[in-house]
Amino acid sequence: MASNYTDRHFQGTYLFDGQMAKKGYGLNKMCYTFNEQVARDEFNTDPNAYCDKFKLSAAQKDAIHNKDIIALLREGGSIYYLAKFAGLLKLNMQDIGGLQTGMTTDAFKAMLEKNGRGEI
Amino acid sequence: MANIIGAVTTSHIPAIANAMANGLEQTPYWKPFFDAYPPVRDWLNEKKPDVIILFYNDHGLEFFIDKKPTFAIGVADEYHNADEGWGIPTIPPVTGESDLSWHIANSIVDEGFDMTVCQEMKVDHGLTVPLNLMWPGHQYGHVKVIPVCINCEQYPMAQPWRTYALGQAIGRAVQSYEKDINVVVFGTGGMSHQLDGERAGFINRAFDIDCLDKLVNDPEALTKYTNIDLVEQGGAQAVELNMHIAMRGTLLGKVTELHRNYHAPISNTGSGLMLLEHEMPES
Repeated sequence: MASNYTDRHFQGTYLFDGQMAKKGYGLNKMCYTFNEQVARDEFNTDPNAYCDKFKLSAAQKDAIHNKDIIALLREGGSIYYLAKFAGLLKLNMQDIGGLQTGMTTDAFKAMLEKNGRGEI
Repeated sequence: MANIIGAVTTSHIPAIANAMANGLEQTPYWKPFFDAYPPVRDWLNEKKPDVIILFYNDHGLEFFIDKKPTFAIGVADEYHNADEGWGIPTIPPVTGESDLSWHIANSIVDEGFDMTVCQEMKVDHGLTVPLNLMWPGHQYGHVKVIPVCINCEQYPMAQPWRTYALGQAIGRAVQSYEKDINVVVFGTGGMSHQLDGERAGFINRAFDIDCLDKLVNDPEALTKYTNIDLVEQGGAQAVELNMHIAMRGTLLGKVTELHRNYHAPISNTGSGLMLLEHEMPES
């Protein structure tokens, strides 16, 4: 498809190109509002109603409900805005790493340490 | 005339802001990272640059994907930080340098770099963390900052050869500014890291160290990479190396490495700190 930026693919990597940016527009727009406390409060009061305000698809709403980061990426989420959703959930980047790789946060941190030492 | 007197590479991750806000600099996790900074701070305090040109990427504070500039430059007298949604403290305003900013914009747009020129621009951790690292306790108000923001989020992105050329054009613009002021250039972000997907947690220490070497001695080699090559070698967010490459473009002649520290992991990233000087043109 012409809107794909590249034919190169890397396992476990979701390049945020035009196709994804279009698919995830409402989802990312919602997450962008989480910069504001008033938006975070409104989401927390009624997550479904807040998702509807941004016309999220059923798959995107399910992924938000399940805190399924991989599904959110597949549905066009950009990690920059998903990070704000993570912040709203009080999760940090190691928690998010664990959720995406099926590890506990501690196991994910241990992997980072190992990778950081160059023991790949 | 204005002179670029040196350059710095540094990480800009939000976790650093939290560590500084909570006084964690000397804890075992953070000590190897923070202990590398005093020589760079000392150099800055000795040289007292008037202006910092700071290459960073916005992570969804000022810019959303409704309109996403490939390159943007701030031309304001002041910039504000704001809530980024995840609890890092909002910090005091950053001082700008409107006159030199406009001079750079005039010069580089005429050279073919079609910048988005911003009179208002909220600056996020990508810009504020490096300033607070260099002048802890938010003591950066005396230094004037020119933000240059590079899209590192949405493809298509400017390729490394292009960000290097942007740096070269900014270097020429500074040289052609008639006031006698000293400028230091910061390249922020990186190095290898991947936040998203099942490949999250990817770090490539050997690649990062090779990039630091090439930033000193062989920057042209870095311009041969595409952004997708950077993703392959350094993870999805290694495209932030473009800020280091742009910084390097501003330097001339033989570059001298005065200080270096590489430490990984800090949060999910490899962190490279370097202090560089170059051959300044005769004035």
